[in-house]
Amino acid sequence: MGYRIPEDNYYTKEHEWAQVDENIVTVGITEFAQNQLGEIVYVELPEEGQKVTQNQPFGVVESVKAVSDLYSPVSGTVIEVNNTLVDDPAPLNDDPMNDGWLIRIEMDTEKELAQLMRAGDYKKLIAEK
Amino acid sequence: MDSSTENKKTPLNENHKKRGAKMVGFAGWEMPIQYTQLKDEHRCVRTHVGLFDVSHMGEIRIQGPQALATLQWLTTNDVAKLSAGQAQYSLLPNSTGGLVDDIIVYCLKEDSDYLVCVNASNKDKDFDWMIKNNKGAKITDESDQWGQIAVQGPKAHDLLKLIFNEALDSVKNFSVLNRKFTNSHGHLVDVIIATTGYTGERGAEIFVPWSETEDLWNTLLDKGQSLGVQPIGLGARDTLRTEMKYSLYGHEINDEINPYESGLGWAIKPDAKDFMGRSAILKGREQGLKRKLVGLKMLDKGIPRENYLLFSKNGEQTGWVTSGTHSPTLDTPIGIGYVSIADSEIGNEIFVDIRGRKVKAQVCKTPFIP
Repeated sequence: MGYRIPEDNYYTKEHEWAQVDENIVTVGITEFAQNQLGEIVYVELPEEGQKVTQNQPFGVVESVKAVSDLYSPVSGTVIEVNNTLVDDPAPLNDDPMNDGWLIRIEMDTEKELAQLMRAGDYKKLIAEK
Repeated sequence: MDSSTENKKTPLNENHKKRGAKMVGFAGWEMPIQYTQLKDEHRCVRTHVGLFDVSHMGEIRIQGPQALATLQWLTTNDVAKLSAGQAQYSLLPNSTGGLVDDIIVYCLKEDSDYLVCVNASNKDKDFDWMIKNNKGAKITDESDQWGQIAVQGPKAHDLLKLIFNEALDSVKNFSVLNRKFTNSHGHLVDVIIATTGYTGERGAEIFVPWSETEDLWNTLLDKGQSLGVQPIGLGARDTLRTEMKYSLYGHEINDEINPYESGLGWAIKPDAKDFMGRSAILKGREQGLKRKLVGLKMLDKGIPRENYLLFSKNGEQTGWVTSGTHSPTLDTPIGIGYVSIADSEIGNEIFVDIRGRKVKAQVCKTPFIP
């Protein structure tokens, strides 16, 4: 399967991607995750200002068949939420790497990035699935 | 996700894998949960025709002069009403007012020969239960002799006609027919066609000898191409039955819940006969049922899921969700659940606890789809 796995991003074992711009981290789910879940029909996201913690759930996506937690790649404060997805999750299905982004986090410390995967390791992870 | 190597395999196991199905463990079997996308498979059954491998289902044969008497004792519905060629939905009650399983009884020969189709997850338990409470019939587990293919959808009968050269659309639901199909080697193979299903669509479930199952499956997929036929996984099987509010053992029904509370009174005939657990089931009804199985629609955002708790407007717990999903047909969330009798009226507002949030819902009429 030809999933887009941009080299610049970081990845979690739970199939979130993190795009880092200085101390701002944009978070979404990978195309692989979207494909595994099937069409996402419901999204639950945190409020702006909410604190999130690395490896802890910050929201939920639901497909017809299942509920899946979303895990934060870094600790920090939510500064922006893609609330359009709450009314219509279509962008999350059509383009999870761009229009389907979920939240932007002001991260507490860059050090946590070292615990995330880079594209090469993430490719290996999904190749095993 | 990986299904254990101990899981049993249906005769279509390799076929599913070759067609790219995602396989999972289910009730001790390695089964296809999805071939393409759940929603597409679901829609295919609602608009065209879908094929289900239900070879994991158990088949138990009840034969001999005591076959009818045994089934009358073991089941809740009136088996004496069945003539050869007829089937009925029924329940296998325990002695304490709950259910061992829900089943379909197929009458092959009046009084003396019946095939009982049981849930895969309950097959061994059912068989032991039948043996233990036998009233003199010959009871045989034929599960490893029969493959089973469900053909379901508005075009199911068009497809069946291509295989059996016969219009079955005028045949009543819950009929049982002995027919033959020509396999790929040109041999005639005996099958049992039952006009039953678990989707709410027209169609049939075909009992076919284990070794001929793949041949029939391939023939159905091949000849049905022009009708838009697709193989359908267990994922869509579950959303299809949920839209119809059909019970699934272990979810809506179990060994504790009184079947009258589950809305299955129509399959219980206490005036026609005595049966296992009759007094316990009736006692539950006479003492007043505690709860009722209802359909739920959401008034605020959220999807009800199995085991989520339900609350009355006054804040008290009123029940729980037994099955819930996002309906692919309606494109809205739907749920099935038990609520107290006081909360069971259609239109009544209740709350679903979704991850700690009380989300407003309403008891609605079922089936969920027209």
